[in-house]
Amino acid sequence: MTAHDTSANGAPRMTGRDVVLARIRRALAGAPPAAPVPRDYLRVHADRSPQQCADLLAEHLADYRARVHRTGPDGLPATLTRLLSAARGVLVPDGLPGTWLAAATAAGAVLLADRPEDTPAELDRADAVLTGCALAIAETGTIVLDGGPAQGRRRLTLVPDHHVCVVHAPAQVVDSVPQALERLDPTRPLTWISGPSATSDIELDRVEGVHGPRTLDVVLVWSQ
Amino acid sequence: MAGDVARTGVTVVSGAFLGMPAFPEAARAAVHDATLRANLRHATRTIRDKRARAVAELADFPQLRAAGHAVKDHTLRHLDTYLLRLEAAVTAAGGTVHWAADAAEANRIVTELVLATGEREAVKVKSMATQETGLNEALAEAGIRAYETDLAELIVQLGHDRPSHILVPAIHRNRSEIRDIFRAEMGGWGRPAPEGLGDDPRELAEAARLHLREKFLRAKVGISGANFMVAETGTLVVLESEGNGRMCLTLPETLISVVGIEKVVPTFRDLEIFLQTLPRSATAERMNPYTTLWTGTTDGDGPRTFHLVLLDNGRTDTLADDVGRQALRCIRCSACLNVCPVYERAGGHAYGSVYPGPIGAILSPQLRGTASGIDASLPFASTLCGACYEVCPVGIDIPEVLVHLRERIVQGGPVTRAGARVRIRPARGHAAERAAVRAARLLLDRPTALHTAERLLARARRLRHLPGPGRAWTDTRALPAVPAEPFRDWWRREREPQR
Ligand code: SF4
Repeated sequence: MTAHDTSANGAPRMTGRDVVLARIRRALAGAPPAAPVPRDYLRVHADRSPQQCADLLAEHLADYRARVHRTGPDGLPATLTRLLSAARGVLVPDGLPGTWLAAATAAGAVLLADRPEDTPAELDRADAVLTGCALAIAETGTIVLDGGPAQGRRRLTLVPDHHVCVVHAPAQVVDSVPQALERLDPTRPLTWISGPSATSDIELDRVEGVHGPRTLDVVLVWSQ
Repeated sequence: MAGDVARTGVTVVSGAFLGMPAFPEAARAAVHDATLRANLRHATRTIRDKRARAVAELADFPQLRAAGHAVKDHTLRHLDTYLLRLEAAVTAAGGTVHWAADAAEANRIVTELVLATGEREAVKVKSMATQETGLNEALAEAGIRAYETDLAELIVQLGHDRPSHILVPAIHRNRSEIRDIFRAEMGGWGRPAPEGLGDDPRELAEAARLHLREKFLRAKVGISGANFMVAETGTLVVLESEGNGRMCLTLPETLISVVGIEKVVPTFRDLEIFLQTLPRSATAERMNPYTTLWTGTTDGDGPRTFHLVLLDNGRTDTLADDVGRQALRCIRCSACLNVCPVYERAGGHAYGSVYPGPIGAILSPQLRGTASGIDASLPFASTLCGACYEVCPVGIDIPEVLVHLRERIVQGGPVTRAGARVRIRPARGHAAERAAVRAARLLLDRPTALHTAERLLARARRLRHLPGPGRAWTDTRALPAVPAEPFRDWWRREREPQR
């Protein structure tokens, strides 16, 4: 990233970078200082118990047509088996708990490992993907994936038509967007998911399911 | 290939915009188009009611708005610092940063980057910046096909058409028109529309899914914009709904993002403001279905090569204007379009730019200058009713900038063009506009008080009851304003006595 290029006749020539930076500095010469940023907005929008927070998450996920299934740790395997019963091939990222894998196998599905060499077209043959998440946000009905254990590469939760995502409450559930950002690591690739893919491009009629998974099952597991 | 491109209409957008008639003529044509008006009315009314509900759900929305306003102002005040910080962070995370002073330079950079991959096609996620630069046409000239993948952009591209709304670019098309476009055009671009395609939005979305899927799965190059760039971390953020964004951002080997320099924010934490205000203001949702945040490249996940092209193209000229620079706070939510009585009547195309509506009326004349008829007339495409300012999630005082730009066009004065200070001469043939400025000045009452906080309140109150032509708008403006008088008649009355 050198500051100057050399033009044909050997004279230094301004690069796009120099030009833009010089213009900015000229434009701002004599501009008044900016006011300090007021941060008096709320960190959370209500005082909720962990149970209320999980309830709100479930409600908001459902508002945007995610299918929400609530269970305890004991009921999780049976829930997963039921949700995956129609899938022949299920993508499983690294770090998935053994009980989840067993539940998917019990559904009769072939488990497909997340292999870096697979092309997107190969991933397209899987019917479903089973993951955990980094956290979930109650106020907006959002689950966030950060590529950590049990989540896999971003494309895994994108190409198959059915995403089953396990959220542990209360540990993984936060109230609000500000709380979520505090917990997340910006250096990781982050995917925020609020319901299945949707479009309102035709007469503003909401249609669920365009390019991402058309079915989003969120299994909300409560364990104190 | 060239014939192909011409037939499928990769041309237009910026080319067609430049030859646009001035706003009043374009608007007059639009208000006569009954289908267009019905589509627009239905669409904007639906969305603005929903938006009001989504915003009301957050008790601290006024505080979030004030914070967003202040973060943007602070960033703009130190824009050089934050861009350099961003460049360092993106580079450290494995990306390459390019700087483009204008559209031609941005297009040249992107074209060279695509050609260097050896590929001749790219998938694109909706990006205002690349529409602004006319990137698709530039790529087509170099023999590269750029496929728009946002459903509305696909409708626009297949329909040889131009976008008419920031967020819903095909808002001017109804379902049967879309079906006809898909039936006629999809085959020329790839997988044809399914036999017997009907006009149910579900069926149409499915047709788009099938048509685009093969393109996503084989794409090697993705081109995007971004809603935000975080200086501190080098993180880019794209909000979307359909999943086409995720496809373009994660499946290709090479990702090229073209982003206006004003999209930078200082810290990761600042996103907590905009990730709350933008979805609610834009699609009236608590959160849009998908948001992707990425920082440079990640081993084994997503593109191996990432290029960021920082675009000026008139933004620094806008920054040089004390009053006008607030337009750079815009986060492109389109709330101002949806409440605007002029937009609802005139439609997006009348604004002759990729930025329609109230924001377009203040942004286009600043980005492009006011040399053309359309750009000189844009600041007059408003009744100054103030509805846009009330809904704007970053508090851009659009009426204030409109009045400022009107004055400059009518009276002439210093402006910055391509980085140089120049003086524009008073416009001729703008007698009506001169009158309009006088009227606006009367309303503003005391220009010296322009910078006080009370002024905003006082003026907002006064603007609710505009005298003369404004009354028709303001008296009925309980937000879903139903103008008692069509825009066309208002314009005619405004202009005809001067002719
Ligand atoms: S000017 Fe304000 S309301 Fe209009 S699009 Fe920009 S941010 Fe949204």
